[in-house]
Amino acid sequence: MKSIKLSHAAAALALAGAAGLASAAGGDLGQTQQQATNWTAITMFVIFVAVTLWITKWAAAKTKTAADFYTAGGGITGFQNGLAIAGDYMSAASFLGISGLVFGSGFDGLIFSIGWLVGWPVITFLMAERLRNLGKFTFADVASYRFAQGPLRSFAATGTLVVVAFYLIAQMVGAGQLIKVLFGLEYMYAVILVGLIMLMYVLFGGMTATTWVQIIKAVMLLAGASFMALAVLFQFGFSPEALFAKAVEVHAKHDDIMAPGGLIKDPISALSVGLALMFGTAGLPHILMRFFTVPNAKEARKSVAWATTWIGYFYILTFIIGFGAIVMLTQDPGSYYVDGDLAKGLKGGGNMAAVHLANAVGGNMFLGFISAVAFATILAVVAGLTLSGASAVSHDLYASVWRHGNVDSATELRVSKITTIGLGIVAVLLGIIFEKQNVAFMVMLAFSVACSANFPVLFMSVLWKNCTTRGAVAGGTVGLILSVGLTIVSPGVWEAALGNPKGSAWFPYASPSIFSMSAAFIVIWLVSLMDNSEQAQKERALYADQLIRSETGVGAAAASSH
Amino acid sequence: MSQEIYQRIRGNPKFQALVSKRNTFSVIMIILILIAYYGYILLIAFDKALLATKLSAGGVTSIGIPMGLGVILFTIILTWVYVRRANTEFDAEADVIVKESQQ
Repeated sequence: MKSIKLSHAAAALALAGAAGLASAAGGDLGQTQQQATNWTAITMFVIFVAVTLWITKWAAAKTKTAADFYTAGGGITGFQNGLAIAGDYMSAASFLGISGLVFGSGFDGLIFSIGWLVGWPVITFLMAERLRNLGKFTFADVASYRFAQGPLRSFAATGTLVVVAFYLIAQMVGAGQLIKVLFGLEYMYAVILVGLIMLMYVLFGGMTATTWVQIIKAVMLLAGASFMALAVLFQFGFSPEALFAKAVEVHAKHDDIMAPGGLIKDPISALSVGLALMFGTAGLPHILMRFFTVPNAKEARKSVAWATTWIGYFYILTFIIGFGAIVMLTQDPGSYYVDGDLAKGLKGGGNMAAVHLANAVGGNMFLGFISAVAFATILAVVAGLTLSGASAVSHDLYASVWRHGNVDSATELRVSKITTIGLGIVAVLLGIIFEKQNVAFMVMLAFSVACSANFPVLFMSVLWKNCTTRGAVAGGTVGLILSVGLTIVSPGVWEAALGNPKGSAWFPYASPSIFSMSAAFIVIWLVSLMDNSEQAQKERALYADQLIRSETGVGAAAASSH
Repeated sequence: MSQEIYQRIRGNPKFQALVSKRNTFSVIMIILILIAYYGYILLIAFDKALLATKLSAGGVTSIGIPMGLGVILFTIILTWVYVRRANTEFDAEADVIVKESQQ
């Protein structure tokens, strides 16, 4: 039987694979195979869609202005926003991918998940409150605060759309592959279904609906994962040692699952991947956008603290789930392993560990629930991405660059809705085009671009007085081109995805970030220093006021009143 | 209106003090998280055996596991420490500065 694997879950493992650990991912790259139609899972999913569409109807009544559409009128609380951010971040890739990695190689899964968490303190300490105080709808508002609107917003919108596009491809292909294994439906159904439902959320309910979809999904995912972890721990009298002991006994790698394996090979790749995760998170447009949905800086800070808490808790759960799967699935090889043979791996691939465990601890109903949650997760993330892409086009490119801000809220809202439809169609087309492609590197690429292009520009414009428009645009562009270019010629893409012979990749490391991010910062610094234009002098003079607004919130955009 | 307030805040020594206090605090917090994360990663890169050491003789749990969970908890705690202080102390000081500038 052909070995199978979720491309989407593989996205989470791009790091692992690229860092030289493809084997630990728990299966080989490739296409999933369609399973028998799972009506329980489909029913659960239909209920989820019905509830969320009902919420969308409620949200639609509240979505009247551009501010409502982009930021839910700024009326989300810190706690709610924290859950929504966690929902944006806890993708199907992290749930299935990380628990699959733990299932395949134990300890390495923990190292991997830590990398995905450490970006949050960076956002807390540097970004959250400043974003809220300086911005209105998009991170470009913040980055272009004292700069020439045209060039800076054009760059920021490009950075946003590139990140959104790569992220979208991974999600859409993941949805198609997941629906085959989880629901037993055709790839094409998933892609079109995700496109259509997502469009309804975003088009009618804007940010209010998108936020509530994220919150519901986050609560379902956290509740489901908590139940699984508790069920596993219960079996071992809540003794992790007993769980680990049994896992070491039954796992093919035995005691090796308790020690670091091949995840970290060369220190440069490890550092570079670490940088991408740590600072890329602070450059993801759909995450940054969430900070404008809360009324003030206080709530913005609370949002990240809650988001960090939930995400950290979730990674601890996936670690327990992975070990639980090692122990419990081997007790019933007939149900979970290909031909009932432990050596042949899990049915549906190594990333199905959490899904099979759901069946083992909670039966078919719970399996249906977890499958529906996994699929709902993709839907919610796609909605957030689309909204962020649409805001870059309508708010940054159309309203600010093209119309120089002379546009009323109703027109801007109409343009964002048209863009949303356009992006929905593009997302579906991308999903279809990339069906047979290896997209494992896409999420990592999105993080590399975010940390090499968006983050340096945002950071320098907010925190460095001498930064100028020219410096920011030049440095950001260098970061963008280098991060995409070096990724293409790295082993993970050049050899694994494009099929060139092994060893032919020109760039040897797993991630370009250590080079592309440094280059972006250096170019911003150098070009800004050399920039003595009149415009540059004005921009430096404006820093004092920008600092006051970012630190005290005086003059910050208020929550819109209804 | 806003411009006048900005003008007064700029001249208020308390504002400069708040900015430098917050910056110092942020930098310390960032250094702590960098040490925790990269320390852990580099430890794995250069001394895998250390992390594989068993917690107790005869047990299976290795030191790396509580350390890894420790990094996760440390990340969460550090975030809350910053948010607590910013939401109380820093915000209160900022409020005073803004009020003084409005008089």
